Amino acid sequence: MAALDTPEPSTLRHAFGNVLSLFILLLIGVLAFSIRLFSVIKYESVIHEFDPYFNYRVTQFLTKNGIYDFWNWFDDRTWYPLGRVIGGTVFPGLTLTAGTLWRILNTLNIPLSVETVCVFTAPIFSAFASWATYLLTKEVKGVGAGLTAAALLAMVPSYISRSVAGSYDNEAVAIFALIFTFYLYIKALNTGSLFYATLNAIAYFYMVCSWGGYTFIINLIPMHVLLCIVTGRYSSRLYIAYAPLVVLGTLLASLVPVVGFNAVMTSEHFASFLVFIIIHVVALVYYIKGILSPQMFKVAVTLVVSIGLIVCGAVLAVLIALVASSPTKGWSGRSLSLLDPTYASKYIPIIASVSEHQPPTWPSYFMDINVLAFLVPAGIIACFLPLSDASSFAVLYIATSVYFSGVMVRLMLVLAPAACIMSGIALSEAFGVFTRSIKFQLPGVSQNSPVNVGDTGNVIQNDVVKTEKSEDSLKERPSRKNKKKEKDKTERASVVRQIEKRLLVLPLEASVIAIFLLVLLGAFYVVHCVWAAAEAYSAPSIVLTSRSHDGLHVFDDFREAYGWLRHNTEVDDKVASWWDYGYQTTAMANRTVIVDNNTWNNTHIATVGTAMSSPEKAAWEIFNSLDVKYVLVVFGGLVGYPSDDINKFLWMVRIGGGVFPHIKEPDYLRDGQYRIDSQATPTMLNCLMYKLSYYRFVETDGKGFDRVRNTEIGKKYFKLTHFEEVFTTHHWMVRIFKLKPPKNRIRGKTKKAKSKTSSKRSGTPKKNPWH
Amino acid sequence: MAGRKFLTISLLMLNLLSLLPLLTVSFSPDHPTDRRILVLLDDLALKSSHSIFFTSLQFRGFDLDFKLADDPSIAVKRYGQYLYDGLILFSPSTDRFGGSLDLEGVLDFVDSGHDLILAADVSASDLIRSVAAECGVDFDEDPSAMVIDHTGYSVSQIEGDHTLIAADDFVQSDVILGSTKIEAPVLFKGTGHSLNPGNSLALKVLSASSSAYAANPASKLSNPPSLTGTAVSLVSVVQARNNARIIISGSLDLFSNRLFRSAVQKVGSSYKYEKSGNEQFVTELSKWVFHERGHLKAVNLKHNKVEGTEEPSMYRINDDLEFSVEIFEWAGSSWVPYVADDVQVQFYMMSPYVLKTLSTNQKGLYHTSFKVPDAYGVFQFKVEYQRLGYTSLSLSKQIPVRPFRHNEYERFITTAFPYYGASFSMMAGFFIFSIVYLYNK
Repeated sequence: MAALDTPEPSTLRHAFGNVLSLFILLLIGVLAFSIRLFSVIKYESVIHEFDPYFNYRVTQFLTKNGIYDFWNWFDDRTWYPLGRVIGGTVFPGLTLTAGTLWRILNTLNIPLSVETVCVFTAPIFSAFASWATYLLTKEVKGVGAGLTAAALLAMVPSYISRSVAGSYDNEAVAIFALIFTFYLYIKALNTGSLFYATLNAIAYFYMVCSWGGYTFIINLIPMHVLLCIVTGRYSSRLYIAYAPLVVLGTLLASLVPVVGFNAVMTSEHFASFLVFIIIHVVALVYYIKGILSPQMFKVAVTLVVSIGLIVCGAVLAVLIALVASSPTKGWSGRSLSLLDPTYASKYIPIIASVSEHQPPTWPSYFMDINVLAFLVPAGIIACFLPLSDASSFAVLYIATSVYFSGVMVRLMLVLAPAACIMSGIALSEAFGVFTRSIKFQLPGVSQNSPVNVGDTGNVIQNDVVKTEKSEDSLKERPSRKNKKKEKDKTERASVVRQIEKRLLVLPLEASVIAIFLLVLLGAFYVVHCVWAAAEAYSAPSIVLTSRSHDGLHVFDDFREAYGWLRHNTEVDDKVASWWDYGYQTTAMANRTVIVDNNTWNNTHIATVGTAMSSPEKAAWEIFNSLDVKYVLVVFGGLVGYPSDDINKFLWMVRIGGGVFPHIKEPDYLRDGQYRIDSQATPTMLNCLMYKLSYYRFVETDGKGFDRVRNTEIGKKYFKLTHFEEVFTTHHWMVRIFKLKPPKNRIRGKTKKAKSKTSSKRSGTPKKNPWH
Repeated sequence: MAGRKFLTISLLMLNLLSLLPLLTVSFSPDHPTDRRILVLLDDLALKSSHSIFFTSLQFRGFDLDFKLADDPSIAVKRYGQYLYDGLILFSPSTDRFGGSLDLEGVLDFVDSGHDLILAADVSASDLIRSVAAECGVDFDEDPSAMVIDHTGYSVSQIEGDHTLIAADDFVQSDVILGSTKIEAPVLFKGTGHSLNPGNSLALKVLSASSSAYAANPASKLSNPPSLTGTAVSLVSVVQARNNARIIISGSLDLFSNRLFRSAVQKVGSSYKYEKSGNEQFVTELSKWVFHERGHLKAVNLKHNKVEGTEEPSMYRINDDLEFSVEIFEWAGSSWVPYVADDVQVQFYMMSPYVLKTLSTNQKGLYHTSFKVPDAYGVFQFKVEYQRLGYTSLSLSKQIPVRPFRHNEYERFITTAFPYYGASFSMMAGFFIFSIVYLYNK
């Protein structure tokens, strides 16, 4: 953003500013990367959690077999016996990214393992994401805001939680793609360049490849276009920014196998097509307005509007009829639960059962975006001073993402960049105002460099402006900036807005204190982020640690169990567990699973849920019909690991009962309470999950005290008839049971107890009493 | 001493067992004949009173080791290996076996695939009853009850309580009872038992007639008898899931020389048979129980695409495949081809998608060919062959079926030609329009 009309010394300073901001950006990248390495330093370089294991397995397959086999991969080791067509049901962006990265590194003779590349993909891309944030915010509010926003994003806890080293999930690359797509849209909107618009479509394609959250883009951008049209901001730049995105973006999106015809068939995408039609109508109206006289135009408008309304009504009716004919009104379950937050809990327990699909609590906002929550309103106000196309987009982005994050805690991740952008703007504007106030009241030091180094770029620019035009510097700053911007962009010459507003000059002391407080706020944010990165979000969740008075305890039970399965079972054996552990079992134990975290078949999951909630014999029959050899349950009662299967059990009941109505949730609840102590219902105490979790549990402490539920278990001594325990990990967190084969013989009706006692008391033979 | 010598031999055998499994004569799928049989007796006198039965076994090549049931030296197992391949319990009144053998020991013996003949009698001990009950056979609760049939007794019997029954209600199975029809009725004197109808493993081979009932002949019948009519089973066989075979008889006399030789005339029938059917019945049954008949094996389960011979690791939907399996029956000394027209193969994924009857070449090879269904997933070739008297065959082989690859679909569809035309004409039109618009001024 070169100021063309500035004299020589200022150009030098400007160049210095650019170099400085380049360095700052580099450092922000390093910060973003290194703050995410806590997990590797504190634990080890492993893949985290559940979904990343699947992505890792897919990446291994890709690097081993090449892209065509990946595309056509039919995986027979999951969803037994249905199998899963991986190539057509997976978002390939992340896998392809890491695979390409690995290939490039290997051709450069850097022999990293696939796992290493996968572990570090997320930190690398979060550096990219913060640079993309810089670009986007720069387009909205200038370099200073950009740098601030980038620095904030580099360490925002919400994003860290999904992108620490090892968190090899779609979101790792998708957030970068999201921000970058927005940047290119704004860039195309600001410049009116078809080049950026095309790039935008390609970035959108990358986003579609990476994450299902791409629908956010394809709905937000049309909303913004509509907003611009409604507020009379239609311009040819808007058309150029939008039309190619819809055409090229939709074509490209439908190339991704998992999206395919959904790109034109589902309601998520209809908004973009509708706005596409509207923008053409508007463009036509503007064109006709240009060639007709005002009178003629009025006549034409009444004529066209009356006819157009009829046609539109007809088309709309057809469309509504088509959409209404589908049971979900053309929306996917996840989208519906976004629009109606109560939808999932009412109709789709499988979506509601995932903890990251729950609405967040207020503390989680404070945990995840911390002080940004307070800075966002200031940023929104700053965006309205004055409102440009770009800043209106930022406002729209924050408004929608706040709503979405309120519905699903997982979408906090979408909110985080918006909050960073807004806070960056707010901070940079505030610093601008305060430093300017200080400068005016200290005339002797006007040449000094500004106080805050972190915002140098922006402040330097402001300085340049101020020292030059000290006479008319009472003009509002952002409008000046806009004017400067418009000088670069010849297209926008007609939209000059002259908003005269007296600049508020604050008292010196107030400014100093305010700056001090802002720095304090920033410091608090940094401290919180580092703490969150180091303590809260770095646990890989397959290895757990706990600190007690006698030192650090490491719970490596999951890998112990998967290792046991890998070494002690046949290659083709089937392992049943609740779907959470499906991905890990296939990736780490290399055994076939019945259900996994890709919850595409509700019936199949319900079958497993039903088996877990059935009594032993019925469960055995269900598992046997699925050729299951081993059943794996996660049990936290001994060490107090709260996310175990007993705590998830009600969801199994609900999901199972949703398909098989003989499983009824009230049977498992005593007076609406979920309990496993002596007050629990007999159904609960006899179901398979209870038995497998608590089998032999009383032997540990003699009482059977469950440390998660903080109660003594209800049924302590029981035997398993159709299952046998084959492996229990060190801390009892994973227990593996084997299905017993069917009885070799079928017993008669005669009581066995009789023979037992008689064989014991064989000294006094119980001869025929009739003799 | 014979016992010691036997011990040495069996130790030697054990060595061979562990070193050269192929040389052993123990039960194995390749040589399903049992050779060494432990016979537990209540009284060594049984050895002579039932000598015809024992001799017929020895004549067929079995080593019989007679022991008293309470002999303290009884051991069926040593160092984890079974010393015997079959067990005959002719000790209905024993309460406790000698040595290390107990109820669990007998059941483990069966569960590890060995065969058992159990003969109970009136007032059989709890131990014998428990063994039977564990195998699914419930003897009459009243230990003194006998099977009485006032219309089906044997006339040769002089006593008036009608407990010597001439039974001729055999199970219709050539496999169990041999292909020669048993003409003469079988004489039976002893206690009856019942089977749970839900028990698919146990089977009545000799049932009482509809007029039979079980009661104590000495006492007056005060209550209705618990077992009546054809529900009373006299001799039953059990084939466990691991194909171990068991005979359970309610009468020890059934096997005795006396009943083997006695003539029989059923009441109400004028024809008098010179010899009862017992010998034939018992001999045929013992052939079955010791796997000389009705033991099948299935080998060489193979499948391949019609156009190839290699066994693929995965099929594609709508592939044509060939499937074959060889089934043989043990004929006492060698495997002979098993011929039947009812062997079926399933192509199974939660339910059979394809169910085909296999055609045979009469030499044991069964084969068929079919098209893989238009559904992908992990399928199994399943051969479930369960026929009365035969060992059950249950084979399955897992095979995944994948969908089309991206380049295996039809490239150009005839019905879509209008659409191809439309898009190409659109492109051409756009091109011409651009030229006209840009350069026509």
